[in-house]
Amino acid sequence: MPRWGYKIHEDRQVIWEEGDFSLVERIRLAEPSLCLCISCGTCASGCTAAQFTDFSLRRVIIQLQRGRIEEVRQEIDRCMLCGKCILTCPRGVNTRHLVLCIRKELSGDVLY
Amino acid sequence: MMTKTVAVIGGGPAGMEASKELAFNGFQVVLLESGARLGGHMNQWDRLFPNKRPAGEILESLYRNFPGSITVMTETNITSIGRNADRFILRTAGRDVIEADALLVCTGFRVFDAILKEEYGYGIYDNVITSVDLEQWFKEKRPVLTSHGRVPATVGFIHCVGSRDEKSGNLHCSKVCCVTAVKQAVELKEKLPEARIFCFYMDLRMFGLGYEELYKESQEKYRIQFIRGRLSEAFENMDGSLMAKVEDTLTAKPLRINLDLLVLMVGFLPSDGTAAIGSLLGLTFNPNGFLQPRDGHLQPHDTEQQGVFLAGSCKGPKNLEETLADARSAVLRIRQYLTN
Repeated sequence: MPRWGYKIHEDRQVIWEEGDFSLVERIRLAEPSLCLCISCGTCASGCTAAQFTDFSLRRVIIQLQRGRIEEVRQEIDRCMLCGKCILTCPRGVNTRHLVLCIRKELSGDVLY
Repeated sequence: MMTKTVAVIGGGPAGMEASKELAFNGFQVVLLESGARLGGHMNQWDRLFPNKRPAGEILESLYRNFPGSITVMTETNITSIGRNADRFILRTAGRDVIEADALLVCTGFRVFDAILKEEYGYGIYDNVITSVDLEQWFKEKRPVLTSHGRVPATVGFIHCVGSRDEKSGNLHCSKVCCVTAVKQAVELKEKLPEARIFCFYMDLRMFGLGYEELYKESQEKYRIQFIRGRLSEAFENMDGSLMAKVEDTLTAKPLRINLDLLVLMVGFLPSDGTAAIGSLLGLTFNPNGFLQPRDGHLQPHDTEQQGVFLAGSCKGPKNLEETLADARSAVLRIRQYLTN
């Protein structure tokens, strides 16, 4: 391929309609408190795993809601399931159960 | 002692409530309204936040026991206000002359003209409406349809239209639009259970009791989706639907989304009457054009002009509870002024 001295960047724009919302729909049935997340980041700030890895439950939830399953898959296994985030979430999201549901769904188990 | 007269300028909820209380307190009241009827913006409204109470109930209550002794003058525009010793002399466009011992300014607000935010397409694209239009649809029990007569599958509410926007010349937060958007989104979802409804916001300001609860209910029960990002521009697709561009700030990516209906949450601005009466009386305006009381904490109704008092949303954005409470409080202050 000839080298033209420039490269083409990938389009960063997200098109909402291209998201895959099937996972979030199923997870929501298993853990309805998912809808209550306000992205405050309390879960991520106290997170044991986030201290050592690039893991943010806030980001996982938002990616899940945006239908970005690949991003969820890349991150979800970093959680150590300690459950500290359940204690701090101001909206009462059952975060630990949420992580377990996402893992089960992604591993092929069908929850609903 | 001769009965003292108070001229109340503006017949919205603040003016009506204050007039009634003044009359109950034994004052002669002249209520002046530039529009054809009393009630102000409440006439256009269907239901109120946070409990979806019919706005008609409030109007009914304002009219209930409305003292016959109050002189109500509608379609009345004041052209000059003069003084003769301690008395005010108001002249109207209809050549009436009204004398009063005190003035209560209740001239209220108007909503931001969404046409000025051209990039959002109001007045250009048929499927862009304002929160006031949508409320009117609810009030008229008009089915919510797109301009092509289709049931909208996706609806977006845009917060802060003309508020917190230096480009619109308005720095202030209009305060009530956040919770109004949530209320309208919930009402819309009740009417269109299949629709996906989004709110695009900068901050969500759920300042009143019951507001956060409504917001939470809108997420949990009605599954309204909140996307933190401010609309930069909207375009019309070939089929008349709209393509909106925002940054999804929580994923830090530009986002493009198709919407069948776009609702612009228009903010509070001082009404034309507030600007006109403020100028006639030489009152102080705050930087956002609302009337500035002498001391927001301690003298919230007083102005630099003796005998001129303020109540309601001519001083800035207020919800209905605050407006009515402010009106009652102004009456106490006027009573103190006129009986000393």
